[in-house]
Amino acid sequence: MLTVNFAQKQDVLLIRLKGELDHHSAKQLREKTDHYLQEKDVKHIVLNLEELTFMDSSGIGVILGRYKEVQRAGGEMVVCSISTPIKRLFEMSGLFKILRLEHRESDALRQLGVA
Amino acid sequence: MTNEMKLEFSAVSENEAFARVSVGAFVAQMDPTMDELTEIKTVVSEAVTNAIIHGYEENPNGKITILAKLEEESIELTIVDTGRGIEDIEQAKEPLFTTKPELERSGMGFTIMENFMDEVEITSKVGAGTTVYLKKRLATKKSICY
Repeated sequence: MLTVNFAQKQDVLLIRLKGELDHHSAKQLREKTDHYLQEKDVKHIVLNLEELTFMDSSGIGVILGRYKEVQRAGGEMVVCSISTPIKRLFEMSGLFKILRLEHRESDALRQLGVA
Repeated sequence: MTNEMKLEFSAVSENEAFARVSVGAFVAQMDPTMDELTEIKTVVSEAVTNAIIHGYEENPNGKITILAKLEEESIELTIVDTGRGIEDIEQAKEPLFTTKPELERSGMGFTIMENFMDEVEITSKVGAGTTVYLKKRLATKKSICY
């Protein structure tokens, strides 16, 4: 079960995930995010994983996919509040080479100039 | 003492959470650390997802079997599907390799299994299915010496 919450601050889409991100729930995250990106004027994404209790490699795939979309439009993706087990998956797949990691949501938003 | 259990379920994505939570509950009696439990749940999720997406190509009529065996110091998991099989296992194990990039598959499944478990053995036959055997020794048990 995954809950996806969207909030927008200027050109930054803040996505807060709660629950479990696997192959089953990845589809929902992909569709909702892509719909939002098509409808609204958004350049960057902040992904808050504070309440994400489980993630597997399907999560890596869907996050990488959204990263590619914002990057195509010259935007950035910043990830914040990541737990130790999920951080290990990010490290294993080299995601931190392309995504910026911040400790807190406020730091991530500040990095993108919308705090 | 050896304790075993067997699960069989339909190859539908709703069962990914069911499979990892069930195995996690069975393994809990070994008193693993939180990290060990998360690692076990993650590899179950990886193997079951592979069976659903690649083994059965999301055909819900497919069946997945999980055998879990608890030994004194270790946990053994065998995840079996009778789907289409893997043509080249070595290639499938390469980090970031996937046959389904259009589905945004990361190609990290086997890499994660190898990182989180002590032993990973994949046997597969094209047209007959795939069996993934995983073994993990628990750190808390390893430290006990007689």
